[in-house]
Amino acid sequence: MPLLHVDDVVVQFGGVTAVNHANFQVEAGTITGLIGPNGAGKTTTFNVVTGLQTPTSGRVMFDGKNINRLPVNRRSKRGIGRTFQRLEAFGSLTVADNVRVALDIKRGLRGMFASTGNQVHDLLELVGISSYAGDRADSIPTGTARLLELARALACEPRLLLLDEPSSGLDESETEDFGRLLQKLAGEGVTILMVEHDMDLVMSVCNEIHVLDFGSIIAYGTPAEIRENPVVQKAYLGYSDEGPVDPDGPTNDSNHDTAVLDAVTEGAAQ
Amino acid sequence: MSTFISYTLEGLFTGAAYAIAASGLVLTYSTTRVFNIAHGAVGMVFGFLYWDFSVKQGLPVWFSLILVLLVVAPLLGVFFQRVLTRGLGSAPIGVSLVVTVGMLVALIGVAQQIWSTEDARVLPEFFVGKSISIGDDINLSYHRAITIVLSGIVAAGLYVLLTRTRVGTAMRASVDNPDLLELYGGKPKTVAALSWAVGTSLGALSGILLAPIVGLEYFGLTLLVISAYAAAMLGKLTSLPLTYVGALLLGLASSYLVGYLQYLPGDKYLTGLPAVVPALFLALILVLLPQAPLRIGQVKGLVAAPVPSLTKSLGWGAGLLVVVFVASSGMSNANLLLVGTAATYGIVMLSLVLLTGYGGVVSLAQFTFAGVGAIAYCKIDQPNLFGLLLVVLISAGVGALVAFPVLRLTGLYLALATLAFAQLMEKLIFVQPFAFEFANLLQAKRLSILGYQFNTNRQYVVMMAVFFVLVAVLVLALRRGPLGRILIAMRDSQAACGTLGLDQRWFRVALFAGSAGIAGLGGALFAGLRQAVGSADFIYFQSLLLLLFAVIWGVTSVTGALLGGVFMMYLPEAQATYPDVAGLLFVLIGIGAVVIGRDPNGLANKLFGFPRWIQTTVYPFLAGRYPGLALKSREPRAAEDEDEPIAPGPVETNQEVDSDAVAAR
Repeated sequence: MPLLHVDDVVVQFGGVTAVNHANFQVEAGTITGLIGPNGAGKTTTFNVVTGLQTPTSGRVMFDGKNINRLPVNRRSKRGIGRTFQRLEAFGSLTVADNVRVALDIKRGLRGMFASTGNQVHDLLELVGISSYAGDRADSIPTGTARLLELARALACEPRLLLLDEPSSGLDESETEDFGRLLQKLAGEGVTILMVEHDMDLVMSVCNEIHVLDFGSIIAYGTPAEIRENPVVQKAYLGYSDEGPVDPDGPTNDSNHDTAVLDAVTEGAAQ
Repeated sequence: MSTFISYTLEGLFTGAAYAIAASGLVLTYSTTRVFNIAHGAVGMVFGFLYWDFSVKQGLPVWFSLILVLLVVAPLLGVFFQRVLTRGLGSAPIGVSLVVTVGMLVALIGVAQQIWSTEDARVLPEFFVGKSISIGDDINLSYHRAITIVLSGIVAAGLYVLLTRTRVGTAMRASVDNPDLLELYGGKPKTVAALSWAVGTSLGALSGILLAPIVGLEYFGLTLLVISAYAAAMLGKLTSLPLTYVGALLLGLASSYLVGYLQYLPGDKYLTGLPAVVPALFLALILVLLPQAPLRIGQVKGLVAAPVPSLTKSLGWGAGLLVVVFVASSGMSNANLLLVGTAATYGIVMLSLVLLTGYGGVVSLAQFTFAGVGAIAYCKIDQPNLFGLLLVVLISAGVGALVAFPVLRLTGLYLALATLAFAQLMEKLIFVQPFAFEFANLLQAKRLSILGYQFNTNRQYVVMMAVFFVLVAVLVLALRRGPLGRILIAMRDSQAACGTLGLDQRWFRVALFAGSAGIAGLGGALFAGLRQAVGSADFIYFQSLLLLLFAVIWGVTSVTGALLGGVFMMYLPEAQATYPDVAGLLFVLIGIGAVVIGRDPNGLANKLFGFPRWIQTTVYPFLAGRYPGLALKSREPRAAEDEDEPIAPGPVETNQEVDSDAVAAR
């Protein structure tokens, strides 16, 4: 049984269909990639899974149970954690306090007054940002803030971790460290679903990849299969013919699209 | 049957006037996302101005109307948009609420300053004495008929403006994305200014139409806007047709209630009901609104005021007590009462520090909770710690009751719900026999603690100062602890808190309850101080002033509450001493809030920076000039350190307060 099953989910904003009968599964203990061009509905899908967005139709199954009616916080208690594409760090708290808040919430009213011991430091150390512990979260670089969101999410000991473009803002060596961290987490039993534009990272760490385009899953498989998949190639090559057209307006991330394109065409060439 | 038709016509008239006001509100909100709480005050001021032109100066009616509606009101609207509220659409909701509340208070001040409170004024209806006869015994005055027709013209005009003109298209586009509109060659600034010009003019028109019927009065006309809020809320502040429906329903409901209240069971307790129909309507719509989604996209740039350590807060608290103890010896009874009042306001303001400063939730009803506390204190008649505990619990319970139905709401809607609640309590509950019963004063006994009774005013005032310090230390301890961290986290990002597993609804109810409990404590102590309290001590306008003073002095710090409390106490004193500028003082406070409101840390935070400024700027300067002084200068510190408890706590501020308090005497 898959840990997460996004079952025929549709999300409409007025006349725009952001997610169009998306259907995919995430197996426990794996790292799964969710890729696709900007505006494909990746973040909206994350919002549906975490409960921030109510789907127009369809359902989300977590651990075999329909969680459509569960509010955001109850889904977190069930074991779904996430980071955000647009940062949601607690800007006026320090980096350490960001993690401490997560631990406090996790421990509840009775537990929160006890000492957290080394937990905060250990989590910051794990993601490699302990040197920023005393800084205000709105003063640290974007890449560091993404790692902070990861540490904060990990404080809740999630079973399923949704990462929304976690590596943007990290340089090459930091991204490599990050890949190793993801594999370590997966080895410890955390299931990871990741939206990511860095194809090198996606291809190297993911066990399985789902490709989202215009709100629908157009392909899935292992990284090697995705490289070879003609539908994916067509979708991306189709974009290349008409330039970086984005259904939701002008894009800031055209370089990422190019990266996707490069990775896919590279795969096609092999 | 004819009475029914009469009430229907009366209802249509008020509904039409509400509709005109509400459509102005919707227009400004939907193009700029700034909700203008001062919209009713606009109507009030222009009612007065029109009276001034047409009655006092004897200008022709048509000329006065042109001057008011086509010249002054649009200009003021443009001023509001371009100068006072610009850019607030994307600011935290608390900021835009504070700024528009500031505008409301300033407009009341303007009216009181120009048109003095003592003179009686009557604004005649249009075509006074003329009416249309319908059937045998029903007359519809020209004024009412004109109002009903005008509301139709306004509706049609707005429809044509928004759907058939280029400007209207730009207005609608501006709602969705002003930046994009600018990219495509539109002028969002012009559009915003224009919509405020039209909106303000419509507010003015409704004031002019209603003033002859409800009377030219500062607060009454200002509050009529609640009806407009309620009507506009039916259309979720954006739909004009639904707003019209809401306005007409409201007008009819109020009118029928006036006519047929006597047939309701228990009618003698419900005489205030027709007046609160809009507030009830507003509360009902708010309760029925769907769950607000958690806000994604955090609010940036909130620099918190420094939080002093426990030792520091205890130290400065003790310092404050010593100063109060010494200064209060030999003080006249009148002045002692003033110090006690300042302590009351300070405690109620602490409830706002917790709620608004830390929690980011704006309440416009803190004095209503204080009133609940005062009533409970008088009625329980247990002037001891046990009675006080009961009072706090009761006030907290009422706070929870308010927050509970609106659990699902956030920001603006929650603030409006508190305003509706304040109205309901003032008009419906406080006037009941079990409460103040109209203008009655409730008698209260002086508090005694563990058998010690605080009989003299001085003893009582020192005791109140002790309570202020205790609550302040408690609030600060809460802020330093895990609950305080969670409060700040909730203010910074609701979405993140949700995905970390926090049930924010109950947290918010608890926050509201705690805040109401503190306000209730303030009210109870105030009752004991005065030994007689009435409903006039707890009117909604006090809550608005409280918010402004809190924000001006800093709603994020305990020091801000102390300073705010002292100045709020001083305001009526100053107005009594200098009656010539009484209105101007309101204007000053309103403008102060508009200017400072964008930084919730207020003036107190500027004071916190003072010693650092001396060390980083003055010391090096002096050291350079006079090397012999051997002054320790400190390197300028990075901004990240703001949250560290190193910065001086409520240090110099306590002393400041005191000199201010002394000056006030």
